[in-house]
Amino acid sequence: MKLPVKMTINGQSVSHEVEPRFLLVHYIRETVGLTGTHVGCDTSQCGACTITLNGQAVKSCTLFTVQADGANIMTIEGLAKDGELHPIQQGFWEKHGLQCGFCTPGMIMLAVQMLERYPKPSEEVIRHQLEGNLCRCTGYHNIVKAIEWAADKMAAAK
Amino acid sequence: MAVTEDRLFGKSIKRREDPRFITGQGRYVDDLKLPGMTYAAFVRSPHAHARIKGIDTTAAKAHPGVVAVFTGKDMTGVNSLPCGWDLRKEKGIPGVVQDLAMVPHMPLTSDVARHVGDPVAVVIADSQSAATDAAEKVNVTWEPLPAVTATDKAEKGPKIHDVPTGNVAFKWALGDAAATDAAFKTGGAVTVKKRIVNQRLVANAMEPRACVARYEDATGELTLWVTSQNPHVHRLLMCAFVLGIPEHKVRVIAPDVGGGFGSKIFLYNEEVVCSWASRKIKRPIRWTASRREAYMTDAHGRDHVTDAEIALSKEGKILGLRVKTTANLGAYLSTFAPAVPTFLYGTLLNGVYAIGAIHVDVTGVFTNTTAVDAYRGAGRPEACYVLERMVDAGAAALKMDPAELRRKNFIPKFSGAFNTLVAVTYDSGDYAGALDKLMQVFDYKKFRAEQAEARTQGRLLGVGFSTYIEACSIAPSKVVGALGAGAGLYESGTVRVHPTGMVTVYTGSHSHGQGHETTFAQLVADDLGIPMEQVEVIHGDTGQIAFGMGTYGSRSASVGGTAIKMSLNKIKEKGKLIAAHLLEASPKDIEYVKGQFQVKGVPAKAVPFGAVSLTAYVPHNYPEGLEPGLDETSFYDPSNFCFPFGAHACVVEVEPETGKVNVVKYVAVDDVGNVINPMIVDGMVHGGIAQGVGQALWEGAVYDNDSGQLMTGSMMDYAMPKADMLPAYVTDRTVTPTPVNPLGVKGAGETGTIASTPAVVNAVVDALAGLGVDHIDAMPLTAERVWKTIQAAKAGK
Amino acid sequence: MYPASFEYHSPTTVKDALGLMGKLGDDAKLLAGGHSLIPMMKLRLAQPKHLIDLRNVPGLKGVKEDGGTIVIGAMTTWYELETNAIVKAKCPIVSETASIVGDPAVRNLGTIGGGLAHADPAADMPATAIACNFEMVCEGPKGRRTVKVDEWFQGLMSTALKEDEILVEVRVPALAKGTGAAYLKFPHPASRFAIVGVAAVISTDGKGTCSKASIGVTGAGTKAVRAKGVEAGLSGKNLAGAGAIEAAAQKGAEGVDVQADLQGSVEYKAHLCRVFAKRAVEAAAKRAG
Repeated sequence: MKLPVKMTINGQSVSHEVEPRFLLVHYIRETVGLTGTHVGCDTSQCGACTITLNGQAVKSCTLFTVQADGANIMTIEGLAKDGELHPIQQGFWEKHGLQCGFCTPGMIMLAVQMLERYPKPSEEVIRHQLEGNLCRCTGYHNIVKAIEWAADKMAAAK
Repeated sequence: MAVTEDRLFGKSIKRREDPRFITGQGRYVDDLKLPGMTYAAFVRSPHAHARIKGIDTTAAKAHPGVVAVFTGKDMTGVNSLPCGWDLRKEKGIPGVVQDLAMVPHMPLTSDVARHVGDPVAVVIADSQSAATDAAEKVNVTWEPLPAVTATDKAEKGPKIHDVPTGNVAFKWALGDAAATDAAFKTGGAVTVKKRIVNQRLVANAMEPRACVARYEDATGELTLWVTSQNPHVHRLLMCAFVLGIPEHKVRVIAPDVGGGFGSKIFLYNEEVVCSWASRKIKRPIRWTASRREAYMTDAHGRDHVTDAEIALSKEGKILGLRVKTTANLGAYLSTFAPAVPTFLYGTLLNGVYAIGAIHVDVTGVFTNTTAVDAYRGAGRPEACYVLERMVDAGAAALKMDPAELRRKNFIPKFSGAFNTLVAVTYDSGDYAGALDKLMQVFDYKKFRAEQAEARTQGRLLGVGFSTYIEACSIAPSKVVGALGAGAGLYESGTVRVHPTGMVTVYTGSHSHGQGHETTFAQLVADDLGIPMEQVEVIHGDTGQIAFGMGTYGSRSASVGGTAIKMSLNKIKEKGKLIAAHLLEASPKDIEYVKGQFQVKGVPAKAVPFGAVSLTAYVPHNYPEGLEPGLDETSFYDPSNFCFPFGAHACVVEVEPETGKVNVVKYVAVDDVGNVINPMIVDGMVHGGIAQGVGQALWEGAVYDNDSGQLMTGSMMDYAMPKADMLPAYVTDRTVTPTPVNPLGVKGAGETGTIASTPAVVNAVVDALAGLGVDHIDAMPLTAERVWKTIQAAKAGK
Repeated sequence: MYPASFEYHSPTTVKDALGLMGKLGDDAKLLAGGHSLIPMMKLRLAQPKHLIDLRNVPGLKGVKEDGGTIVIGAMTTWYELETNAIVKAKCPIVSETASIVGDPAVRNLGTIGGGLAHADPAADMPATAIACNFEMVCEGPKGRRTVKVDEWFQGLMSTALKEDEILVEVRVPALAKGTGAAYLKFPHPASRFAIVGVAAVISTDGKGTCSKASIGVTGAGTKAVRAKGVEAGLSGKNLAGAGAIEAAAQKGAEGVDVQADLQGSVEYKAHLCRVFAKRAVEAAAKRAG
């Protein structure tokens, strides 16, 4: 039996009827059509599906859509404002923090939370906070640099 | 080619593909949704080896939303997935001792399943959930058979294919056996023998494999979107060998692809089945692997068991190297599988050293495991690991410094040709130069002092070196043809100049993280002296690109880039004819300088690039007999491989209590020839190092030899490096351009992976050297394995 | 990944949730943060016909103080525990343990109640629960009862929680003065679950003599257990004395039904129990002062 859900995604209100077993990531990708959020594993390890839910980074593959009823969600598509990239997006570009780009949306969304919680993170904090996000291309070196770059930029803007 | 400051060639330019990826606008296969889309789910063998007694699809077919269910028996007229590399004596392929058993590999097996995950049926439904539900209702009657998964038990294990040679797929040898025997008998020689296990790996590209197949009945056209590193190869193999459908009616598109590392080179069952089934049901079909399926079905890498011996003179000169390897090929022959443990392995065992004599013996075996094929480095990491480990073991036996021993044996600096003992000719090298640079960046003396101090406190610090070489720029077609390849390994590059002077470049190389859209645009803009914004790069579509062999073996810049360069030359030659006509000069007096055609030495007498291109398409005032248009295609077939090299050093600290290895420092000096975009090259080196460190310390696909089950079938079990397991890397380079291609570029995609694994393992062994440890047989060096090594050493075992 | 179909229920009171459980029986599973259950459902290793989501039940979230006891709602997330001021002040080991469960995204949704009820043998909090003497408050049709941690973990993924009960609250005694606590683990490199994890709560008399030791071990066996041998070995000993902690830690694997798997042999994991017992006790003793 399908159930109604209503939530805000990237500032837009959306409502649909969904099967309870429909994972949030599938709802975002297949129903809402925002394909920037990716699925890289089935055991909640890779973090490619990371979004923010009511301001907190979560793995959208480990949540049923019905559990997100009423939530305020942001995906990678909602991060840039009025065409201006978020400093973390800029950092990933400036510092070559991505190669194939598949893990990137999840990395960036996790970094959004990271810099809210740790505005000036040490390299150690960055690496520890990234433990739920896998990248197979970069060896993480430039991802760390990208987040450091963004932290500096965001601190300077304050 | 000299690289100077004011040129785009050699500059770290930010990637132009990034804006789409960082905003979530990348377009991967699984993002695609077509009208009338159906979804596939595969029914797979839960057994490592089992006979199929029957398949009942009744309940699955009756499941709501199911469109069709197919088994192997439905796929009449469909052939085996081809193996694109032959090893047969009658073909004159060098080194063949026992012919390769060309065993069939059907897209859906209907007689016997030969590994866990072997697909036996496909369910296609209106939704993914219906397909997945119905797949559970396909009832297969299995007769489980005894299985074998372990490399060193395969020969005597239960027979997997109905071939007279049993589980021995082939035997192959290279080098001079007699000379090697003699070298080992040299008076005073010190010999060391070691067992070296290079464990099985899973590539784990972050994007799982996926395909969308759409057959259009009215036109008879099939479009296949697929996670491929080489869409033309997919099309060719599928059309010519498996499905027998017309190649010109098939378009293969590899859009944004989320990493490959080799695993997306090959033609796989699922894309063939979906292509075939789409023709049957006349609707588009999408299939995306779950990660669990990826572990069971993506071609695995490595899996060698080797016994290696090295003979050295007392002075530390390497007299001989003898290598006997058993290579696990898995249950079937994947697309390029036989090449990996032979011509991509044996030919690299000379390394960067002048060695007296070499002999290598390889036995390829079938097991009830997922097929093994190229994974980042493919054969070369295995060779480098054997050699670099044996060099260290030799140094230990002689009580000689490992860096010093390496230096003693380096092939002296050269450019042009160095013939190895294992059938390849190096292009250019300065191996001592790379080690010198490394020693300069990494303060070796200081480290040894720190290490000695640490040991007095009971701390186990170690350093490991790896002075590696690899063969890339794959490959001269004639050479690989003579070695058994079923394909040529050239590349195509089209430069299409539009009337307004804008340029579209079509390359047969494929970018799945390598940044070709940036690097090739840089190359073209640099060569034409026009802004990069005027250049667009298209790749990954057989409908747009003339032909292509794709991306693997670090070949894109050197082979794909050179093809583009050849087309640029043709454009400029034709442009000179047009410009000469416009300037009323002789074509031989025209030169191309910074975006304009000019009379030699007279910049004022010139026609800009855009004016020439416009004239080419509006040929009113135009040279007699010259074709209009400015659009050139070239195919470049390299005359030789290129051989990047370098020197890496890794520092580790081992926790004595637990055996846990912490990577403290990693320094890499690579020589990949000229570098088009240093930022991108460094990025690839970083990623390569991470994968190589991953192999050394954590990664490993493990099968239970009794049940044949894959024990590491998820990201919870298969340990890939995470950010907090790795240090920041120090990268540097030397530049020894290759004379093989006009760009002077070699290849950078695999160096990190090839070099790093032995550097890490050598470092761990060095850390434990004070306890009397001189070798650890098997990787990964998990905490437990290292702890056990320490315990055994302490017990004097 | 598509789990098998199920019906979803979202009660708004504990009573309603209990009613649903009574009606649906074995076919129903409770859903808290979902970070243990949903992955199993995705792989279809679990196929419940009904899910009863507790997220809309008020009163199950949050931390408050009740005298010397910290009362933690079962639906409180790991991240809330990681950052909660009361927990950090009164029993910091619980925050520290929560801060290394899973990864940051997992900690935002995963809950203490879900974790303790699921009782994964490699989970972190069970060791700390034992060392800190947690009490689990379970509500069933007949009302509430409290289960002491030593009765809680009964076997592989099985607890004292009855099928008709909901774990509603966890009661954690605040650490007494002169008490130090630490949880240290040897994580699986991929899953980050504990291959071995040891939590130690050590009280001293102010002169370095251990007046009370409470030690929990997780990861190595089929369930988290109390390391009674280590506790006995420490009690009454002067911990500053040479080798005192190390000697006691030698019993770190006693009573643990160590399981061999890809992450380690019985021998190795038992060794890790001893090593981490030593490290955790050392860290706790240092904090005890």
